[in-house]
Amino acid sequence: MVRDDYEVVIGLEVHCELSTKTKIFCSCSTEFGGEPNTHCCPVCMAMPGTLPVLNEKVVEYAVKAGLATNCSIEKNSKNDRKNYFYPDSPKAYQISQFDKPLCYDGHVTIETENGEKEIRIERIHIEEDAGKLNHDEYGRGSFVDLNRAGVPLIEVVSKPDMRSSAEVEAYMRKLKSIFEYIEISDCKMEQGSLRADVNVSVRKKGAKEFGTRTEMKNMNSFRSIVRAIDYEAQRQIEEIENGNEIMQETLRWDDISGRTFSMRDKEDAQDYRYFPEPDLVAIKLSDEYIENIRKSLPELPESRKKRYIENYGLTEKAANFAVSSKYYSNLFEEATKICNNPKTVGNMIMSDIARILNEREEEPDSLKFTGKELGELVSLIDKGTISSAIAKKVLEELFNEVKMPSKIIEEKGWVQISDEGAIKEVVMKILENNAQSVADYKAGKDKALGFLVGQAMKETKGKANPQLLNKLFLEELKK
Amino acid sequence: MELYEYTVHELIEKLEKGEITSETLTKSYFDRIKEKDNKVKAYVSTLEESAMKKAKEIDEKRKEGKPVSKFAGIPIGIKDNMCIEGTKTTCSSKMLENFVSPYNATVIEKLNKEDLVYLGKLNMDEFAMGGSTEHSAFFKTHNPWDLERVPGGSSGGSAAAVSAEMAPWTLGSDTGGSIRQPASLCGVVGLKPTYGLVSRYGLVAFASSLDQIGPITKDVTDSALLLNLIAGHDEKDSTSMDMEKKDYTLSLVNDVKGMKIGLPKEYIGEGINEEVKQAILNVAKKYEELGATVEECSLDVGKYATAVYYIIACAEASSNLGRFDGIRYGYRTEKYDNLKDIYRNSRSEGFGPEVKRRIILGTYVLSSGYYDAYYKKAQKVRTVIKNAYDELFKKYDLLLTPTSPTTAFKIGEKTSNPLEMYLADICTVPVNIGGLPGMSIPCALDSKGLPIGFQLIGKAFDEETIFRAAYTYEQNSNFKENKPTFKGGDN
Repeated sequence: MVRDDYEVVIGLEVHCELSTKTKIFCSCSTEFGGEPNTHCCPVCMAMPGTLPVLNEKVVEYAVKAGLATNCSIEKNSKNDRKNYFYPDSPKAYQISQFDKPLCYDGHVTIETENGEKEIRIERIHIEEDAGKLNHDEYGRGSFVDLNRAGVPLIEVVSKPDMRSSAEVEAYMRKLKSIFEYIEISDCKMEQGSLRADVNVSVRKKGAKEFGTRTEMKNMNSFRSIVRAIDYEAQRQIEEIENGNEIMQETLRWDDISGRTFSMRDKEDAQDYRYFPEPDLVAIKLSDEYIENIRKSLPELPESRKKRYIENYGLTEKAANFAVSSKYYSNLFEEATKICNNPKTVGNMIMSDIARILNEREEEPDSLKFTGKELGELVSLIDKGTISSAIAKKVLEELFNEVKMPSKIIEEKGWVQISDEGAIKEVVMKILENNAQSVADYKAGKDKALGFLVGQAMKETKGKANPQLLNKLFLEELKK
Repeated sequence: MELYEYTVHELIEKLEKGEITSETLTKSYFDRIKEKDNKVKAYVSTLEESAMKKAKEIDEKRKEGKPVSKFAGIPIGIKDNMCIEGTKTTCSSKMLENFVSPYNATVIEKLNKEDLVYLGKLNMDEFAMGGSTEHSAFFKTHNPWDLERVPGGSSGGSAAAVSAEMAPWTLGSDTGGSIRQPASLCGVVGLKPTYGLVSRYGLVAFASSLDQIGPITKDVTDSALLLNLIAGHDEKDSTSMDMEKKDYTLSLVNDVKGMKIGLPKEYIGEGINEEVKQAILNVAKKYEELGATVEECSLDVGKYATAVYYIIACAEASSNLGRFDGIRYGYRTEKYDNLKDIYRNSRSEGFGPEVKRRIILGTYVLSSGYYDAYYKKAQKVRTVIKNAYDELFKKYDLLLTPTSPTTAFKIGEKTSNPLEMYLADICTVPVNIGGLPGMSIPCALDSKGLPIGFQLIGKAFDEETIFRAAYTYEQNSNFKENKPTFKGGDN
């Protein structure tokens, strides 16, 4: 990790593809994938004579993002052209926003193990995504796919407020969660719909000036971002310690070698020749328009968290976890409504569901079952129909196939055995076969009881009512 | 009288009465093209096969009594920077020599609805950059009044075709005078509508904030008819104005009594040819005789318009022409080993010198460190010029100026000096800067027998007053009796 006498300074430009049905300047589909150049029209292919028309939904979504991140909204905004030549940019300019972004001066609060911290947002602007170049593996050249060209993006530019890779991850997760709550993006990092340009510099602790920064572009996994920052900070410190200067340059992070490579330095810095887009008119927003969007925003994580702690008695940790994703939060609220046991629901989400997702290497957005199933599951535990051990097995089943838990346990024969006679039979059998453990227990080794209960559970395939089992063992052992 | 000699409003009558068919009419134009275009060279490509087929279809429909537009079967020529699906749109550039447009421009969609017949695509200065049509990558167009002279530009093909009666009317585009100046030099009527009145969708962009499509016609009535067809809001062009549709033929009224016309002194002074100046003063006198008041006024800031124009137009062009990169369509060099070479060589080989000059100039004025001094300042001056027009229009209904400081100049006369060529636009450029409508109406021949046009400039979206004044002049003068002579030239 980073040396104690240095401080890392990180700022992010997060690109987020908006989930509007159509592209930003034409009516082509924004759907991911598709055969190359099938979601295209003369406009997004930049045929001579075509003109852009701004999709109003894009403005609405960007304003939502701005309001949800405490930004001010620019009422007199406009589009600008950013000129550069590259085959993925069919017009040879990107329509973006230069000096009047739609949203500015916002912030989000992040939580790390060091507590809460505010990360300031400088601006959020709208722009169009570029196409893709598919490089032929046989060296026959590169193929241009313009399906993505014109998919709407917002670019969220933070202030250089982050001081560790952990803070960057927390910030990214926070943005992702907010954008999911307000439903402006699917935020699928693996498909590139959420990605970041990461600016890193280091300086001696206490220094007033920032160090020279390097930029790593198009990072699209939390893990890579964390690794890349840690690597790059270390590299910069070593350079400085060796008496070298840091070059301002664009780097490429290579996930396999775990290193950064130089792509281009400042000398090649492009002059984008920004100027106002003459094919579009100014974006003028009324107070009423902005207020209506503000009113339409769903309840955001901050407020939900407060409610979970105050009304549902969740711990800070469980509440934080439950609101960390819209999918968790919605699951929590829906299930709680059904079973009226927020604590168990909260714990199940934080421990069991998160664990299974992790094992499956999936994100919360891939959850198929809803609060309806989870609520019933918790009710079944509360009623004593199943044990929490069985409940875990039911959960695993829910990940494979969505069915009502009552149905699953019926089909699997997982109903808890609460018949005292039946359980007593098992208890007697286990006691008979484990004379040594019985002796241990009687000699004062309380642990032996656990072993015996475990054996009984095994015998009943986990279906025995654990309270009853405990009670009967204790009764028999006292005899 | 040959069919090609009639105006469109006369032809409409004949078609409706069944005196002529679209087939014979269309054929008369192709015959005329075959007779004259080897000298004039107005057409980059003709569409004889599809035109004759379409004409026959329209005739069938009429014969069967099916409902058709009154314009059905009327031929038209289109400047070669407007897209017609499935046909070549070259912009008279090597860059797009073989480019076939996959879609229709909005103006073409509108004309299709009325069943017009496309004769072909007309020559122009490459990417509409120039004032003489000498900058076409393919060939020069000649002025029908004197084949040794230019037809003006950039819509030189469109103006020459109407003048030589190789089309009854045509569409041109005007960024700094490209409809009005060639109309003036060729003795026909050319209208640049208010910016935002006609959709630019499908017009290959030169300078987005200045370009407008407009009609080039034999007379003012045809101009109003064609503007009726192409004007109107288009969802595909955000800069097109959303307003109620007008019928411009209602303005064809022979009466200017009480109309106030301003005569900016700067445009009848230095730099304006004496014969042109005299012709304009005669027009002014005519308007006074007809009951209008004509008063000398001043558009002092107009002198900055040319500088402002070349900064803004070139800046926008440098960006608009970036898409011609040899990647997806258009010319691609054969000499390349890497991406940079594809760009550099395709663009070096595909663009002509005038286009390159403007791309370089535009790139320069947008560059960091120069943006404020040039582009930003030019935008500020643009506002000053607009305000000056606003002030004048508080007092006047129209402004009267020459369209071009001179009559048609000789081919080759100005090509060696771009600056001198740029000055050919001094009367027309300020109108684009102001976003205003302007029309060139022929009024006289100079001593060499070359046409002189006068320009009427109106308030934004007040084409009606222009039509009214132009129509009144036309009804009370006799320029129409003059016909081009096709003299001179074996080139």
